[in-house]
Amino acid sequence: MFTNRMFNILVPVISVLLGLIVGAIIMAAFGYNPLSGYQALWDGSFGDIYYFGETVRQVTPYIFTGLAVAFAFRSGLFNIGAEGQVIVGWLAAVWVGAAFDAPMIIHLPLALLAAALAGAIWGFIPGLLKAKLGVHEVIITIMMNYIALHVSNGLIRSVLSENQDSSDPIKESASLASNWLMEMTSFSRLHYGILIALFAAVIMWFLLEKTSAGFELRSVGFNQHASQYAGMNVGKNIILAMVISGAFAGLGGAMEGLGTFGYMPTHSAFTNLGFDGIAVALLGGNNAFGVVLAALLFGTLKIGALNMPTAADVPSELVEIVIALIIFFVASSYIIRWVLLRFKKEGK
Amino acid sequence: MLDILQSIIPPAMFFSAPLIFTALGGVFSERSGVVNIGLEGLMVMGAFVGVVFNLTFADVFGAATPWISILAAMVVSAVFSLIHAVASVTFRADQVVSGVAINFLALGLGVFLTKQWYDKGQTDMVSQPFYTLDIPVLGDIPVLGPLFFQNMYLTSYLAIILAIIAWYILYKTPFGLRLRSVGEHPMAADTNGINVYAMRYVAVMISGAMGGLGGSVFALTIALNFSQSTIVGQGFMSLAAVIFGKWHPLGAMGAALFFGFAQSLSVISSSIPLLEDVPQIYLLIAPYVLTILALAGFIGRAEAPKANGEPYIKGSR
Repeated sequence: MFTNRMFNILVPVISVLLGLIVGAIIMAAFGYNPLSGYQALWDGSFGDIYYFGETVRQVTPYIFTGLAVAFAFRSGLFNIGAEGQVIVGWLAAVWVGAAFDAPMIIHLPLALLAAALAGAIWGFIPGLLKAKLGVHEVIITIMMNYIALHVSNGLIRSVLSENQDSSDPIKESASLASNWLMEMTSFSRLHYGILIALFAAVIMWFLLEKTSAGFELRSVGFNQHASQYAGMNVGKNIILAMVISGAFAGLGGAMEGLGTFGYMPTHSAFTNLGFDGIAVALLGGNNAFGVVLAALLFGTLKIGALNMPTAADVPSELVEIVIALIIFFVASSYIIRWVLLRFKKEGK
Repeated sequence: MLDILQSIIPPAMFFSAPLIFTALGGVFSERSGVVNIGLEGLMVMGAFVGVVFNLTFADVFGAATPWISILAAMVVSAVFSLIHAVASVTFRADQVVSGVAINFLALGLGVFLTKQWYDKGQTDMVSQPFYTLDIPVLGDIPVLGPLFFQNMYLTSYLAIILAIIAWYILYKTPFGLRLRSVGEHPMAADTNGINVYAMRYVAVMISGAMGGLGGSVFALTIALNFSQSTIVGQGFMSLAAVIFGKWHPLGAMGAALFFGFAQSLSVISSSIPLLEDVPQIYLLIAPYVLTILALAGFIGRAEAPKANGEPYIKGSR
């Protein structure tokens, strides 16, 4: 009755439910009504068409960062650096978007390409160090995050603007924003990026499942030594996985730069898009379709949370706690499986 | 020259202390085979508890408040780290993922409770932080006195003393031998009658206590209040120090001292002639770039404890 496939669906669903239940207990413990809390959350993400537009907008970069982390995971790598890759991608997209003049058909793809390239470079360095020197990618990607943050702030102040705290706005021809989508969602910041994000998910699925390069990447993820023995170039695959992963995250940054904001502000702290991408990937079971669903959930939680303090007086950080609990339960999937099997035995 | 050193060494020590504490905790956890990416979250928890305790009990304990605050932070963070222990030891969770959850959870809980109790996103400034002081006799020694014994925080010395104690415990006591053997070859350790699970629980709780100590010392010497952005990356720096220091307490201390020095560079650069003209951005990224360079080349291949990251399943081969 319980096949592996069913576990892969049941574990995240149960994790989400458990996370929400514990969140409700915390709300109740602090004297809030959990029902009105979650009602506010729901209203804040799907309550009307404006909120719906904002939710989908928030989902867009999450799909990309989720794909980025999931792609690396499938090759046995842990990309904590999606955060930095988002930042450099955002920077590169805005830079190209503001500095060049070209018709949209050239300008927009060019800006997207620049973002992907910047992210790819930011993934290449830890990939190279891992493949050639065996340096753990987790540490290097953490360091690369800080370097991205400080360097991009420095570049925004010195190159992309004249000592301002944000870059110049991008040209119309590089923008993903769409009047049509905005009007339809009563002027949310919804933009065309969601289509690119869904397309990227299809690309990832195809690349991993249907190509021989994808087979190599996955088999390196399963067992490096066996892959080596089978004649695969493990080092090359590690670098490739990090480069593609970085490119996905970089595009996530482009969604913010070309779609939502149209410029890049200096950041005093991380955007958290990349870190949340880790959670999205885990919950999505590291596959493309799952990532899209998980991104939808996280976008909903994040945007809905903004409505919680006003509508139900619950601090929006409650949602951060719920997200943390969900990750915790996904990580502990062994115990969930164990309990499920117990139940199954007793049912007989 | 003495002036320059005098403006470098005390701030470097002061920035290093929280990193040393936390990194020592990381060494214990990883030596027992449990990867601890949650150090950042443990520091957040420590900073939160340290500040809240300090604000609440400043009137009761007076000048002793900061010391009792860091003790409270150690206890609470040790208990909090049990979540990571349960997940990674008993529930066989992916330890990296569980650590990520710890980071999210600590920050979410900290800010949630801050809003709950103080009705705003950050706490007030603490009234009883740690103060710098001159050590009575040692401070009068020429040359060395001004460098190492004036304008210092006692917590900086505590960090170095604890590093030596940690080295002694890990390498000179039976407990340390058991802890390390559990991280290298849990099955062999189990066969020899060592309780792998218990050792790992203890090690993770030590890392919780030390992370809480590091976070609270950071909060009570540097940040002085708690908010979303009190601890930003110091835990990750400590984790880097663990690896940089080759999973050895004294190595981790050296690495943390180096990071503390690099972090203080951007603060003290204005008073050092050589660094005055260097753009701020280079000083800001220096610790991270130097870490990458060091990991990539200068320190040679570091061997992690063999069973690091592997859940131990009794009876499996």
